[in-house]
Amino acid sequence: MKARIHKFVQNGTYILLDINSGAVHVIDKMIYDIMDTFTGGNDAEVIAVWENTYKKADLAEALNELHALMDEGELFAPDIDVPPTFKQKGLVKSLCLMIAQDCNLRCKYCFGDGGSYGQERAIMSPETGMKAVDFLIKSSGPRKHLEMDFFGGEPLINMKTVKAVTEYARKREQETGKKFKLTLTTNGLLLNDENIKWLNDNNFSLVLSLDGRKEVHDAMRPDVGGNGSYDRALRNFHKCLDSRKGGEWDYRGVYTYLRGTYTKKNMDFTKDVLSMNDEGFDILSMEPVVLKDSPLGFTEEDLPRIREEYDKLTDAYMQRHREGRGFFFFHFNMDLSNGPCVAKRLSGCGAGHEYFAVAENGDLYPCHQFVGREGYRLGSLDEGVTNTELPAYFRESHVLNKEKCRDCWSRFFCSGGCHANADLFHGDIRKPYEVGCEIQKKRLECAIYVQAMLELEKLEKEDETA
Amino acid sequence: MKHIKTVNKPSMQKTLKTGGCGECQASCQSACKTSCTVGNQVCEK
Ligand code: SF4
Ligand code: SF4
Repeated sequence: MKARIHKFVQNGTYILLDINSGAVHVIDKMIYDIMDTFTGGNDAEVIAVWENTYKKADLAEALNELHALMDEGELFAPDIDVPPTFKQKGLVKSLCLMIAQDCNLRCKYCFGDGGSYGQERAIMSPETGMKAVDFLIKSSGPRKHLEMDFFGGEPLINMKTVKAVTEYARKREQETGKKFKLTLTTNGLLLNDENIKWLNDNNFSLVLSLDGRKEVHDAMRPDVGGNGSYDRALRNFHKCLDSRKGGEWDYRGVYTYLRGTYTKKNMDFTKDVLSMNDEGFDILSMEPVVLKDSPLGFTEEDLPRIREEYDKLTDAYMQRHREGRGFFFFHFNMDLSNGPCVAKRLSGCGAGHEYFAVAENGDLYPCHQFVGREGYRLGSLDEGVTNTELPAYFRESHVLNKEKCRDCWSRFFCSGGCHANADLFHGDIRKPYEVGCEIQKKRLECAIYVQAMLELEKLEKEDETA
Repeated sequence: MKHIKTVNKPSMQKTLKTGGCGECQASCQSACKTSCTVGNQVCEK
């Protein structure tokens, strides 16, 4: 049967999630226990099972409260099926441009083989980049907000194309009324004053890669000559962040954040998150590496240790928050009341139907991770999408069409995981990568806990001032 | 309530009818990207 609720204990707090409504309840131990038995209408059974453990009057009170939640639609809410708002065909709204399939670093865990993606090292020409702008405008139909991500390899080694594409996109915005959000992901080595100024002037959101502590970063992210890159990256990131502080920066609608990758070599990655925060950065993300048959990758056996580490990170996060020096951690950020609509929760990342990657030579793929993967070429900027089956298949591969996801409690938060990882481990985008699932679920529990705690604190403060 | 504190006013069931405008951001969740899982997003409306 499809799971309808999920309950868990985080740091001594009992939490109940109603999966189909998204309601989150902080509960006591008694409710936690009786939810093993309660299915919505079997009050007598609940009392029979639990009357030796709890007082009958308390059980009756608890059942009353549970029925009140049900009346509010916040417990055992009806199953969610594919809604009519989920259109059969997606409109492309987002492109990832492989500005350079080449890099000035040789990160040990790079899925792109040092930026080359298993192909010749090459960079995208300005003409190809500009064609991508037109392709996106044409494919996006009536949709107004469009996204373009300048990616690689290292995009800053090809500033010529970055600049040409940006200029062209801004010009086409004027002509078409579309709005482009531009993002660039960089390792920071070429983030000099001139580039920083240009990126700022052009309202780029930036994703900056740093792995936390110097020793961790240097071991994983050497340059072509084998030297660590931490000091150089850090210096430039500081300069960049300093240039984006205060004043109108709060209103530009662009973000700048640091992201890191953790591997089997730093399972104590809380230290890496805190190290970045101690350096003065406060919008952070830290991600598990995904590698198959690699000494750096994770297996089932690593899960207990990883879960323990997320508990630590959660505690550290809450502690810094309470001390008035909180930071923003991507995976703990969640709006429990105004999250995305069901249609969005189904379509997830959008790879292959709302989101494409453009390879350096203009070939189209479902996303950056599929670039160069056998059988996943969708077409090219010149010919358009020639493989029309694949986008339809990606669109249909939503969370309710994946056997494992259908019953999973986190289906409307996770949306079915990463297709590229599923393909890597199982050769099938509908078979999620299990270790990734377990990490995802742990992270979600931590996030729900964090948000519940923050909300309770807020309510308490309101009570005090009332 | 004595035993239960509900911490949010979820809108998911409502959006079965209203959602799908598609103006929201793409949300890759792989390590190398913006790592924005759907659960971590807000609605653009
Ligand atoms: S990918 Fe895994 S964690 Fe996500 S919904 Fe599917 S089974 Fe659950
Ligand atoms: S398939 Fe994976 S890597 Fe590709 S966009 Fe989706 S989540 Fe990101």
